[in-house]
Amino acid sequence: MSTKRARLVVIGNGMAGIRTVEELLQLAPDLYDISVFGTESYGNYNRVMLSLLLSGEKQADEIMLNPTAWYAEHGITLHAGDPVVEIDRARRCVRSSSGVEVAYDRLLIATGSQPIVLPVPGCDLPGVVCFRGIDDVERMVEAAGIYRSAAVIGGGLLGIEAANGLSRRGMQVTLIHRSHVLLNQQLNDDAARLLARNLQERGLVLRLDAETVALEGGERVEGVRLADGSRIDAGLVVMAVGVRPEIALAEASGIHCGRGIVVDDTLQTYDPHVYAVGECVQHRKVTFGLVAPVWEQARVCAAHLARFGHRRYCAAETATRLKVTGIDLYSAGDFIGGAGTEDLVMRDPRRGVYKRLVLRDSRLVGAVLYGDAKDGGWYFELICEGTDIAPLRDRLLFGQSYCQSSIANLAGVAT
Amino acid sequence: MSGHVATTCPYCGVGCGVLAGVVASGAVTVAGDPQHGSNQGRLCVKGAALGETMGLQGRLLHPQMRGPGGALRRVTWDEALDRVADGFRSVIDRHGPEAVAFYVSGQLLTEDYYVVNKLAKGYLGTANIDTNSRLCMSSAVAGHKRAFGEDVVPGCYADMEQAELVVLVGSNTAWCHPVVFQRIVKAREEGANLRLVVIDPRFTATCESADLHLPIRPGTDVWLFNGLLAFLFRYGVMDAVFVEAHTRDFAQTLATAEHDAADPAEVARICGVQLADLLTFYRLFARHEKTVTLFSQGVNQSSSGTDKVNSIINCHLLTGRIGKPGTGPFSITGQPNAMGGREVGGLANMLAAHMELHDPVHRDIVQSFWASPRIAAKPGLKAVELFDAVLEGRVKALWIMATNPVVSLPDADRVKRALGACELVVCSDIVASTDTNALAHVLLPALGWGEKDGTVTSSERRISRQRPFLPSPGEARADWRIVCDVARRLGFERGFQFAEPHEIFIEHAGLTAFRNHAPHADGAPAARRQLNLGALASLSRSAYEALAPVQWPVNEDGVGTLRLFADGHYAHDDGRACFVMTRARPPVHAPDREYPLVLNTGRVRDQWHTMTRTGKAPRLTGHLSEPYVDMHPHDALRCGVREGELARVLSRWGTMVARVRHGGGILAGSVFVPIHWNDQFASDARVGGLVNPVVDPVSGEPEFKHTPIRVEPFPVRWYGFAFGRRALPTSGLSYWTLIRGENFLRYEIAHRERPADCSAWARRWLGVDDPAADWLEYEDQGTSVYRAAHVIDDRIESCVFLSSRHDLPARRWLASLFSGERLEEADRIGLLVGEPPGADVDTGPVVCSCFGVGRNTIREAVRVKGLDTPAQITAALRAGGNCGSCMPELRQLIAEVRTAPSA
Repeated sequence: MSTKRARLVVIGNGMAGIRTVEELLQLAPDLYDISVFGTESYGNYNRVMLSLLLSGEKQADEIMLNPTAWYAEHGITLHAGDPVVEIDRARRCVRSSSGVEVAYDRLLIATGSQPIVLPVPGCDLPGVVCFRGIDDVERMVEAAGIYRSAAVIGGGLLGIEAANGLSRRGMQVTLIHRSHVLLNQQLNDDAARLLARNLQERGLVLRLDAETVALEGGERVEGVRLADGSRIDAGLVVMAVGVRPEIALAEASGIHCGRGIVVDDTLQTYDPHVYAVGECVQHRKVTFGLVAPVWEQARVCAAHLARFGHRRYCAAETATRLKVTGIDLYSAGDFIGGAGTEDLVMRDPRRGVYKRLVLRDSRLVGAVLYGDAKDGGWYFELICEGTDIAPLRDRLLFGQSYCQSSIANLAGVAT
Repeated sequence: MSGHVATTCPYCGVGCGVLAGVVASGAVTVAGDPQHGSNQGRLCVKGAALGETMGLQGRLLHPQMRGPGGALRRVTWDEALDRVADGFRSVIDRHGPEAVAFYVSGQLLTEDYYVVNKLAKGYLGTANIDTNSRLCMSSAVAGHKRAFGEDVVPGCYADMEQAELVVLVGSNTAWCHPVVFQRIVKAREEGANLRLVVIDPRFTATCESADLHLPIRPGTDVWLFNGLLAFLFRYGVMDAVFVEAHTRDFAQTLATAEHDAADPAEVARICGVQLADLLTFYRLFARHEKTVTLFSQGVNQSSSGTDKVNSIINCHLLTGRIGKPGTGPFSITGQPNAMGGREVGGLANMLAAHMELHDPVHRDIVQSFWASPRIAAKPGLKAVELFDAVLEGRVKALWIMATNPVVSLPDADRVKRALGACELVVCSDIVASTDTNALAHVLLPALGWGEKDGTVTSSERRISRQRPFLPSPGEARADWRIVCDVARRLGFERGFQFAEPHEIFIEHAGLTAFRNHAPHADGAPAARRQLNLGALASLSRSAYEALAPVQWPVNEDGVGTLRLFADGHYAHDDGRACFVMTRARPPVHAPDREYPLVLNTGRVRDQWHTMTRTGKAPRLTGHLSEPYVDMHPHDALRCGVREGELARVLSRWGTMVARVRHGGGILAGSVFVPIHWNDQFASDARVGGLVNPVVDPVSGEPEFKHTPIRVEPFPVRWYGFAFGRRALPTSGLSYWTLIRGENFLRYEIAHRERPADCSAWARRWLGVDDPAADWLEYEDQGTSVYRAAHVIDDRIESCVFLSSRHDLPARRWLASLFSGERLEEADRIGLLVGEPPGADVDTGPVVCSCFGVGRNTIREAVRVKGLDTPAQITAALRAGGNCGSCMPELRQLIAEVRTAPSA
């Protein structure tokens, strides 16, 4: 290999960083000597599928995206389990915890995010875990083999998936959520009620509108104390109350950060040699927690690293799907609506189906699908493309197949 | 079909033979009787659907009487009959026999008719017995009597097949007498050189097959036929020998015709047709010796109906085209036994057996034959006058049999008021709920078709048996028996001791033959009548049971008569036929600024009268399901109404609401409304309420075909429909129509106010109060669309669709769901769309749930496009392009397709 090649250092062996590398290799396979540093001692895996790993529906090898062989194959130097501890921007090199120093021409920060730990008494007790990595899943699986009951704090996507996974592993799980609406970032009241009912039917205990004030226990956590004074016994407590961008390293090196590492539309930081992608970035005041925008960031960033410079990142609508087997749930866009919007609503409680589409000026702007989400992708397309749905309005909520037949019928009449 | 019974269809006057039977399941099967001369095996859709109308749902099965509170209660026959007899006797005692009346029906059998006529005219001594045939063919009766001296249809259906020219006047034969029409069409198809001319203000289904359609202005028929008479005479198209030998009054009749209509150009102008078309018709008539002029309600239901009939007959007399094969004026009647009723004298201006009230000889003949205590001497009240008399209190007890005058009479709201004011209203019916029964004090359950036993006479004088093949349901009794029961209670033991219809029939046949000859020198009163069934007067019971269809008069050998007047001998005293002066005159009420349009009424193809039977047959409700007002688009525009929306139709006499339709066959200035719908089937669709109570001065037949009206928008906020397995409440709805289907009732509805909460409203309306009910719904508030369905145990129970617009989804597929035992899961989704899920390819179980890509879709793509990697699948189908959770499945699918043996 030629030593003349530029050097790219990637901090973070997660989905965002490696996807960027993959995209880059497609565009410019020989441009860089690439080094990747990662905290975890694995190759790259699909974090989205941790829920399925926890529930036992997938095995660890099934969620691996790139085995170590892949790095070798592409001439990438992988430093797994050896996180970077310092960025020396003046010398343009990074240093790892084991003391390895690697110089860079371009640096890609993909440090992701850290789960938020509620600052309540007892939050540092053994048996209190977050739900972020394979390590966390291993600890939860281990606890499930020992303890009877668990509490999950946070009724967002991760919390529900964790609660479901532990429940499937035989634990009596209580899900504690501050709002009265589960998944309040993704669902409206109606759909959330259906979801709550479904989870209860699966054996989960729900404590909604519940504030955690303390984790109790001696050697190890034993229970959760709520603001109303009640206590929930739990040999395991999972905190799933959100994430915050991991920016410590960047901040320490003087890269401009807000809540996340501030990037422009090319994913470049305030240091022109340094790029950042994924959950650690802040783009136009927005931070990220879902996978779809990260894929797009990777695509854009790779284009710039490859020196093509022809792509720009624009924040797009996002769509969410819950990874709980047996619960078909999808939401996208502005599903709350408000002034100037109109709703199409369908309820079929027997089938457990609730669908709501939000329209503005004859365009679809949001969708909540519960129980039958197979048209979610199509609705998402209509949202993103701003399609005028007036001709489909009467059938829109009944799915693409009805609308296609209507289009076909219209065409049939016309010819 | 084993063990079938040969009987006769109970609908129109064609009188088709039907083979009916009951299969093991209890269902009634029907087929056309190939042996029957009228239909030769054919049936129309109404006849073919007879089996579907036989269910006992809605039947009146027990006598009922209205209590002081207005509620009906079940009573015994004795109670009911005593009440009727006491009521009639009391009224007669106080006010005389003219204060009681009977209003009967062309649906009755000849035997029923005979007995009630005998009771009224011979025993009570009143001629106040009229019939709904008054509304239908009394102008033809009057015309026949004026021209021929007796009410005789000279020809037969075969004449229409043998003719060179068939002129249909005021008859939508294709819809109203389909089997006769099929005979004409078939004759044409088989190469007969048969021209067809239709004279009708509307372009009807009949006109589709016509060589010429003359859309004359409503009510101008007399000008047309006077013009024809003058035209024929001018061009020498005349059988001078016939006119000279067998007719009278020709000169003045011709003078009258020429006075009105000597100039075809003027006739064309008055009739509103092109001169060239008019002349085409006149020339066709002139050139074809074998001409049949078939006429129906468009001629009869007019204030100059009798003159219209005679103006037609005049043309046939002029040309001698009568009594010969392929010729003749032909009145086709609307009801199965209008003719039978005429034969027994069941009209207020007839006596019995074609004898006249005003003729002392006739009265003597009849009274002697009956040996009755008295005989009515003056004509009774004809239908419209009869109900006027009821309203004015001159008639205080009224017995209505097998008809529904609150729906069918003109100015029907007045009829309603009349019945409301009447001391005693008795209704014999087979159905419990009708608009008329709602006003009855006593309801008597009668036998219906398939249960009753007797004879009917068709339009071609063919007497056919109606035979029972079903047991009598509940406590229902034959009409003749009910009448005899009451007669005996009134003290008339002797004349009403009939044990069975056979005895009545032979008495009737005997009366037709009684002193039926020219007066002898001995001076015993006698009179010749064409109607002579003498040969049937000695029929044994078994011969009556087995009686084959026969056209009267019947000679000594029991052989019928195909055509009358072949010998040129008519029933007038001098044996001649009469030309009748017919002075053309317009309908009584002309349209004006306030009521600028002309209302025409009539039947639709698949319904019958007030729908008590046809309304039960799902097969018959699909053709035209809702009451409608058919109008020209220009008129609709001027009235501010739109097709598919609702309109109010108003005349000086009443109003109704119906859906606007542009059938395409209506002249500007005219509208058409069907006669069938009533309060049992719609909120406000009784067209009878609008019709002017104007009658023909001779026949007393109402002018149903010409009432000035106007049309206004009927503004509603929303339209909708519902299907239910059970009846739904209709109170509080601005508009509703009920349509019975296969295992469901359908309601078309509209309302002025939109409910604030559609879901709550729909649940309340459909009666779904259980919050845990299987209730699925869809709402689009922006366009005011709401749809819901109620499912019980995976079976659809009801559904409702509401919208601010009237273009709701098609009803057909939803209707079909009610026939299924179990609602398929896929159909459940379609429930709220109103149509089945598209027959799209089965994409298989979802693999990529982010983009909803199915297993089969992926396998197909891998196979056809030769995809090797998950990334290629993502590029092609987007599957796996978001969260990537399905990558393992994608790899596995690639492997599967690779290893699968290629098909």
